[in-house]
Amino acid sequence: MSHATTTPAAGGPAPGATPRLSSARLPRWTPWVVALGSVAAGCAAGLAAGLSSKVQWGLIAGLLFVVANFALTARVQGRRQARDRLATSLVWASFVLALIPLLSLLWVTVERGLKVLDGYFLSHSMGVIADAETGGGIYHAIVGTLEQVGLATLMAVPIGLLTAVYLVEYGTGKLAKAVTFFVDVMTGIPSIVAGLFIFSFWIMILGFQPSGFAGALALAILMMPVVVRSTEEMLKLVPNELREASLALGVPKWRTILKVVLPTSVGGITTGVMLAVARVAGETAPVLLLVWGNPLINMNPFEQGQSSLPLYVYQQYAAGQSASIDRAWAAALVLIAFVMVLNLAARGVARWKAPKTGR
Amino acid sequence: MDMSIHTPPGAGAPHDQGSGTRPAPEGGTPPQQDGAPAPRRTVTHLGDRVFRGLSRGSGITLLVIMAAIAVFLTYRAVGVLAINEGNFLTSFQWNANANPPDFGIAVLVYGTIISSVIAMVIAVPIAVGIALFISHYAPRRLATPLAYVIDLLAAVPSIVYGLWGALVLVPHLGGLYEWFDDFFGWTGVLSYQGGAARSLFTVGILLAIMILPIVTNVSREVFLQVPKMHEEAALALGATRWEVIRMSVLPFGRSGIISASMLGLGRALGETMAVATVLSPSFTIIVSLLDPGGGTFAQNIASKFSEASEQGRDALIASGLVLFVITLLVNGGARAIIARRKEYSGANA
Repeated sequence: MSHATTTPAAGGPAPGATPRLSSARLPRWTPWVVALGSVAAGCAAGLAAGLSSKVQWGLIAGLLFVVANFALTARVQGRRQARDRLATSLVWASFVLALIPLLSLLWVTVERGLKVLDGYFLSHSMGVIADAETGGGIYHAIVGTLEQVGLATLMAVPIGLLTAVYLVEYGTGKLAKAVTFFVDVMTGIPSIVAGLFIFSFWIMILGFQPSGFAGALALAILMMPVVVRSTEEMLKLVPNELREASLALGVPKWRTILKVVLPTSVGGITTGVMLAVARVAGETAPVLLLVWGNPLINMNPFEQGQSSLPLYVYQQYAAGQSASIDRAWAAALVLIAFVMVLNLAARGVARWKAPKTGR
Repeated sequence: MDMSIHTPPGAGAPHDQGSGTRPAPEGGTPPQQDGAPAPRRTVTHLGDRVFRGLSRGSGITLLVIMAAIAVFLTYRAVGVLAINEGNFLTSFQWNANANPPDFGIAVLVYGTIISSVIAMVIAVPIAVGIALFISHYAPRRLATPLAYVIDLLAAVPSIVYGLWGALVLVPHLGGLYEWFDDFFGWTGVLSYQGGAARSLFTVGILLAIMILPIVTNVSREVFLQVPKMHEEAALALGATRWEVIRMSVLPFGRSGIISASMLGLGRALGETMAVATVLSPSFTIIVSLLDPGGGTFAQNIASKFSEASEQGRDALIASGLVLFVITLLVNGGARAIIARRKEYSGANA
């Protein structure tokens, strides 16, 4: 950014001073023209050769853009500038390349999801509707997701919060180091492994039946490290002066933490928790192993199978009928909307309740 | 660092308290202050001890959970491994429901590694490119919203990626694979027989798209920490923007990129649903990456679990244990690199 402005400025006066350097510069609009030209060439080549997939068109265009830019600059401005141009065009190309699938994902989900999504879809369960029939809804899945994620939150947040308090306020020595390390490692546990663990422990050894609660246990395991990590970061932001002022007034340490440290960072902690909720709400694998799904509404997370949004998407997709795939897209749209709203709300909270430092 | 700074005042709280309250009685209420310290101190100690115990206890709980995962998975795995007819590491069979069972993870190891490697090869350069774009190339007005968007994309559930991959990406890749087949078919690795592109290569591409956000985010944070002085010094020497990046940004960010990639790798290794929806699995090692077939640890568990007998589930748990250990090593390695880097760059930050 600042470099973007300084680079031309630094290069600007020099050509005036030494005529040798002022030799031939490409005009600023060159990359855009090259980009346009290569996109056109890519489309033309694709059409001419009858290439079926747009992926190829894009790849041809991107390749042309990078090569043409490099060749042009190398001819006019020399090797060093050409390398610079090459890097710039690669960076831009990688950005565009990455954006395409991501935009396509959002676009397709919205487009195909809206086909079935309506009030009926949101307020009814699948009941006895066969895969190939239209109709049915995701009410049971929404109930399942909310209950499972809610239970997981109830279990994970207290433990996660207290662990973060321990790490920031009390932790020294080997135990704290071990906890820090394993929290980091725990963040990377594949969700299916968490599911297998709960399955071997809760269902195989303790002999419980698959239920929403079993799924919630696995989700809690996935949630804890995220809560710990984000809370820890937030607690570290609380200025020491606040703690010292409170301690100096004779307030015991635990009350200082409860009444001063935590309230100061409550915004950031809320954000972290919401992001963690958003993360586990989309987990399918543990629910697949532990909750098993249920086409009917089951309000009780402690007995019998439940559904959940991600599991519903998977099962409807796996059914393979066009009606069920429509339902899968609609449920995917609801799931994405849920996760995105949580994310945006979390950011809103973070902004609104940003820790007040320096006072 | 933070902890070590403010723990001493905490630990020494009673003493500070004593010296701190001493001036107060002059203006305030001496009688209460005189009586207070003795009983209050014991109360303080109790509350503190309880709270400290609680928070320490939850820290220990986390460690216990980690240990429990290892112990329970091992416990279930050992039983079935003892009666396994085939070699667990080299057998190409998965007949875990049979009696006696005969299963091995060779195919899964191959599929998992191949798909993750393809994902890394595609994702890491592009992610580094995007990170550079956000930190050094994009206009600032574009950079902040872009960082947001990337964050949001990291939150898209994997099942949605899977759905998109199976229904949108797969149909688009057939043409590309035919192209590959035309030019590189002679290698055998990139030959393609046609049909739905539900292959390990497709899985790799999808995984690449999925891990792109996390690799981008971590690398971008590292790139933003590069000391301004280094960059300005390079610019002052007349370096082009690429030379600045090559000489000051990339060397500074190298360990960051490595750890970011390893975090992404950890994610790719354990990804379940996206693989299960896209891949059409078979329990064989297929030389051509473009032809359907193969399998990964997580996908194999997800797709075989519901039909497995108890013994079959134990076998799947055994394979899950292997996956657990692999991701543990990869993530632990990534974190160790990050931690080392923090110490080393502490002065700059």
